[in-house]
Amino acid sequence: MKKKNTSPLLERTKGGLTSVIAALICIVIGLIFGLVFLFILDAEHAWKEGFVPIIQAGFRNVGNETLKKVGMNWATVGQEIVEAAPLIMTGLSVAFAFKTGLFNIGAAGQYTVGAFGGLFCAIVLHLPWWACLLVATLFGALWGAIPGLFKAYLNINEVITSIMFNWIGLYAVNTLIYNRGNGVMYNLKQSQTYALKDVSPRSLIPSKLFGWDMYGTFKYGSISIAIFLAILVAVVILVILNKTTFGYELKACGHNASAAKYAGINEKRSIVLAMVIAGALAGFGAGLYYLAGGAQWDPQNSTALPSAGFDGISVALLASLNPVGCIFSGLFISHLSTGGAQMTQIYFPSEIADVVSGIIIYLCAFSSLFKGKILSLLSRPAKAKEKATEQTAKEKEGNEQ
Amino acid sequence: MKLADYVIEMLNITKIFPGIKANDNITLQLKKGEIHALLGENGAGKSTLMSVLFGLYQPEEGCIKKNGEVVEIRNPNDANALNIGMVHQHFKLVECFSVLDNIILGVEPNKMGFLQKADARKKVLELSERYGLKVDPDAIVEDISVGMQQRTEILKMLYRENEILIFDEPTAVLTPQEIDELMQIMKNLAAEGKSILFISHKLAEIMAVADRCTVLRKGKYIGTVNTKDTTVEELSAMMVGRQVNFKVDKKPSEPGEVVLDVQHVTVPSKIHKNNAVKDVSFQVRRGEIVCLAGIEGNGQTQFVHALTGLDNLSAGTITLCGKDITKASIRNRSKAGMSHIPEDRHKHGLVLDYSLEQNMVLQRYWEPQFQRSGFIKFDAVREYSDRLIEQYDVRSGQGSVTIARSMSGGNQQKAIVAREIDKDPELLIAVQPTRGLDVGAIEYIHQQIVAVRDAGKAVLLVSLELDEVMNLSDRILVMYEGEIVGQFDPKTVTVEELGLYMAGAKRMEV
Ligand SMILES: Nc1ncnc2c1ncn2[C@@H]1O[C@H](COP(=O)(O)OP(=O)(O)OP(=O)(O)O)[C@@H](O)[C@H]1O
Ligand SMILES: [Mg+2]
Repeated sequence: MKKKNTSPLLERTKGGLTSVIAALICIVIGLIFGLVFLFILDAEHAWKEGFVPIIQAGFRNVGNETLKKVGMNWATVGQEIVEAAPLIMTGLSVAFAFKTGLFNIGAAGQYTVGAFGGLFCAIVLHLPWWACLLVATLFGALWGAIPGLFKAYLNINEVITSIMFNWIGLYAVNTLIYNRGNGVMYNLKQSQTYALKDVSPRSLIPSKLFGWDMYGTFKYGSISIAIFLAILVAVVILVILNKTTFGYELKACGHNASAAKYAGINEKRSIVLAMVIAGALAGFGAGLYYLAGGAQWDPQNSTALPSAGFDGISVALLASLNPVGCIFSGLFISHLSTGGAQMTQIYFPSEIADVVSGIIIYLCAFSSLFKGKILSLLSRPAKAKEKATEQTAKEKEGNEQ
Repeated sequence: MKLADYVIEMLNITKIFPGIKANDNITLQLKKGEIHALLGENGAGKSTLMSVLFGLYQPEEGCIKKNGEVVEIRNPNDANALNIGMVHQHFKLVECFSVLDNIILGVEPNKMGFLQKADARKKVLELSERYGLKVDPDAIVEDISVGMQQRTEILKMLYRENEILIFDEPTAVLTPQEIDELMQIMKNLAAEGKSILFISHKLAEIMAVADRCTVLRKGKYIGTVNTKDTTVEELSAMMVGRQVNFKVDKKPSEPGEVVLDVQHVTVPSKIHKNNAVKDVSFQVRRGEIVCLAGIEGNGQTQFVHALTGLDNLSAGTITLCGKDITKASIRNRSKAGMSHIPEDRHKHGLVLDYSLEQNMVLQRYWEPQFQRSGFIKFDAVREYSDRLIEQYDVRSGQGSVTIARSMSGGNQQKAIVAREIDKDPELLIAVQPTRGLDVGAIEYIHQQIVAVRDAGKAVLLVSLELDEVMNLSDRILVMYEGEIVGQFDPKTVTVEELGLYMAGAKRMEV
């Protein structure tokens, strides 16, 4: 018998490589679909005014002479980074839940409730930024806990409860903020929540990191250290999942709840905890965005769930559920969304931009589909050999007759 | 051209998995109308070879001929088109579908897309009548016994009018009565001209039904013999390469103090209104192996689940080493010294998507030996797992990092047994510990269980196999309809006598 010849490390890098290749294939297919769609709409301008801006996205303005003069040419790159932080977090939220056998489609709701918690602490209580961020996380965790409890103790599928609590969360938050125009956080003149820089500057996530003034570099208003916090959390999640007994327990429950129970793991507690953490991650993401001053909440216009929640699914799948992969896929998807806004408006109105980047993001979610294909491609040489032997067998047979 | 001698020929098949040649140049020829047994140690490559024939794996080398012509079997649909059917080692049924739905799945009779179940039902009932395969077509699969699940799998093949039938360890999960029935069914099928490939570790079964037997060892072809011309000893020697001792050598037991004390335990049934376990009381002492014998479905499973904490009991107390553990959590029972080889290795015993080493510490990952402040000590886990693999001869493609799902059924079982025995428990609860193991491995596991006993621990064995019961235990308790109806000394009781108690024909006050 042959000796062991495959080192586990080699196998693992092969697995990682496959994930990356699969993601890249998805991206390419997504881009092709987007391009075709643009061509159907307006063939003449599809490339230069449509596709190229999407690809260049925030970097389109880098080197632009007029903007350079006012120091703004890196601003849209800054915007990409700002938008990426919440995406990374919702991606982590979805990926974490997936790894523990749960489908967290409720990231949008947890994000919404988390945003409310963070903004309330900032606008009403004027707490420092880190405290606001903590509360945003806790609110998200709370909203994640509900579907977890339903799942663990009543065996109600988390997908159904998550979806319902998405909407409950959204309308509750809108109602609380608006309060018929009397909400304490509501700025009637702007018809949205007060801007943090006006009412509570200390609640803003700082933009200085070890003496580096990020605002000075990017000149984008809401640039902050949020992105680094997101990266940090991604690494922490990776460590929890792969290196700790806690992660071992959660994953065991996800793979086989009966075996986890047999092993003395409290599988109900694990389900709830997994959802709490997933919710906390989404809430943290909302905090990173709203406490950086990325946007204000408009309770009357926000009748749709924040897209960061659902894009998180794409981020997670594109990353093959790897927490560190989420950093890259989050940045990429933010890049695409920014790119949509860079298309020339007269040819492609912003709705079309959303559709195109939507198509691409949607297709990004299919990367696992390609993974199997790539793996079988990698073992192709063996197949070819098999063909050859069959051929000789057939010939041999012919000779015998 | 003369009519081919063989219906199926698998010529020079080689199948390679990461780190292992599961089949290495194997040739198997099946005659029409014969029952051909396939024998080999755990991990010898039997299931793999059959999966190749069924189109689940593509071999790296070799070819398959049907009636003398080379055929290509790329997937199970191709196999089906060639009238090849398979009952897998671990059944492949849709749990929430009815028996009938499972049988017609994939070949649903329809008119313009509308299901025509009435015809299908008639055909299934006819087949079931004709071959004595009793099933309830409307029962949901998750509610029925493994025996009926298996009959469903067989009907699935017959419904598709398969001519070549593959049975991968069909008897491992059956009761002795069901095994006798199955043997008869197989003989009837062969008499009708169907050709059968039959995998089993039980040599007596092979001698009883098979015409010929092919032996594999570590992926290689050893030989094919006529069962008429061979003996059980010869077969086992061919298979493991040495003589196997079928009798367990053990000293008389010297029971010590009480380890497990079960008093008036009652467990409600999940299916019907009656209790599954009724007022059961007994004790297990240090240095003895007590066996809970009985026909499947008489409350043993529910009793063990209550004892190990997987389910709740409605009345009674359980005491382990003087500590009341009636309400203790599973983890605390484990800490108190309980170890459990579960009945269902895929449901409870393993996290199939975890690696072998992760499964080896499933019950102990939280011990300081394997973690420091919540961080897993990977080196310690690897070292421990490597030791168990070595000691218990757990065979797999890549050792500790092999994903449990890819391991052969018997090696999965060996891993669980190794893990549970090595925990050094005060009480070892072993439910069907040797299910699916080859004779060599059974010999070794039996020795280990006796060693646990001789080390002054208590063993509660739950087994459906009378051979094992008679061989291994120091005291036998017979369970019938949730009650203990008899207590025996294996040295003085006969198998026939036990059978009467197990069937409920006799009972004594215990
Ligand atoms: N899908 C797979 N991927 C990787 N390795 C595999 C796979 N299937 C089987 N193997 C390996 O091939 C070898 C043969 O396995 P196989 O299941 O054929 O054994 P078997 O003879 O049926 O044993 P048992 O009696 O225990 O069922 C084993 O070492 C197993 O680890
Ligand atoms: Mg097998």
